[in-house]
Amino acid sequence: MDYISSILPALLSGTKMTLAVFGLTLLGAIPLGMLLSVGLMRRERPGESAVKKWFFRGLKGLIEGYDWVFRGTPLLLQLIFVFYGLQMVGIVFQRFDAAIITFVLNYAAYFSEIFRGGFDAVEEGQFEAATVLNLTRWQTLRYVVIPQVLKIVLPSMGNEVINLVKDSSLVYVIGLGDLLRAGNIASARDVTLVPLMLVGVIYLLMTLVLTFVQKKIEKSYDYFK
Amino acid sequence: MLELTGITKQFDTQVVLKDVSLKIEDQKTLAIVGPSGAGKTTLLRIIAGLITADSGRFTWNGEATTPAQLRKDGVIGVVFQSFELFPNMTVLRNITLAPTLQGLSAADAKARALKLLADLDLADQAEAFPFSLSGGQKQRVAIARALALNPKILLYDEPTSALDPNLRQSVANLVNAVKAQGMTQVVVTHDMDFAQSVADTTYTVTK
Repeated sequence: MDYISSILPALLSGTKMTLAVFGLTLLGAIPLGMLLSVGLMRRERPGESAVKKWFFRGLKGLIEGYDWVFRGTPLLLQLIFVFYGLQMVGIVFQRFDAAIITFVLNYAAYFSEIFRGGFDAVEEGQFEAATVLNLTRWQTLRYVVIPQVLKIVLPSMGNEVINLVKDSSLVYVIGLGDLLRAGNIASARDVTLVPLMLVGVIYLLMTLVLTFVQKKIEKSYDYFK
Repeated sequence: MLELTGITKQFDTQVVLKDVSLKIEDQKTLAIVGPSGAGKTTLLRIIAGLITADSGRFTWNGEATTPAQLRKDGVIGVVFQSFELFPNMTVLRNITLAPTLQGLSAADAKARALKLLADLDLADQAEAFPFSLSGGQKQRVAIARALALNPKILLYDEPTSALDPNLRQSVANLVNAVKAQGMTQVVVTHDMDFAQSVADTTYTVTK
């Protein structure tokens, strides 16, 4: 017990880093992912100018390329590239900033694909009904489409969010001290597995809370089908 | 009066509508009939501004126009075959959403919606969500939602096909009741009996 209380401060300080990476990533990646998915799913309306059409087709191609790069390479590699690789061309980030930027960009790519799936699942007729009611594109998204998309994507988002808690341990590669790293250090120093078991328990507690929150949110969308 | 002249529409190599000309007269109900796949719904979607014709002209009360313009001016209302109510909103909100977004006060929009719901015998469903309504109720909400924007012309796409066959007469009564309020209507249907029970004039689309 004494041993546990002696290593707990180090583990909790690591937990703070884990939660910071987790929270800031969600804060950046959800809006960015949604924005990207709107670009992916934009429907052309009759009577649109050719310039507008081609602009948005080009934009869609760029977003698809972005998703391909960020979903197609390991997050670990992206972290190394953003922190160490970009230094070589004179772009220098603080360790923490590099971690957040990479995580936001990576998770936004996944979120954009989840949201795209959600947009796809909303029936074409809903967009048409909004069109004939003269709703603007933004009003259609805000009042009609996004609430339906959120209900559809919640289970998949929950999965990604739990993945994110665990993925955040990758920040060790650029020298940040997260929960897993704190446990590793204590474990190697004291030649015992107890710190790592504690780390496991803390991760489980975090995912338990997240699962609870996810269920609550899903339930709050039960009012429509 | 809305007049269509020489409307043509082709999907890839398939000509769906060829040189269609028709008149939609004020306060009358026009039935667009024809066999499945003849292009009736395509024609309705062109009038609604959901797709564009490859060629043809539109005149509204003698002036050249486009369906997109008519839509922007609030001339056209549409009742879809599968109703397309917004599932995430109550019946009342389905009806008040567009009018409030277009500048009507919340109180006025609500009063108008409740009046429409009462007229359509749905007053007790104002706070219900669409999933709990029957097909016939959904259709009446869809009609109320379209009427809440005070369109000049109301389009119905196959109003009987998503409903129980024994509701056909009540749909006909409904369409006739809306006409009695002075509405100009276009009904696309494959059901000749239904067409005869609502239409002042009929336009047949052929394959």
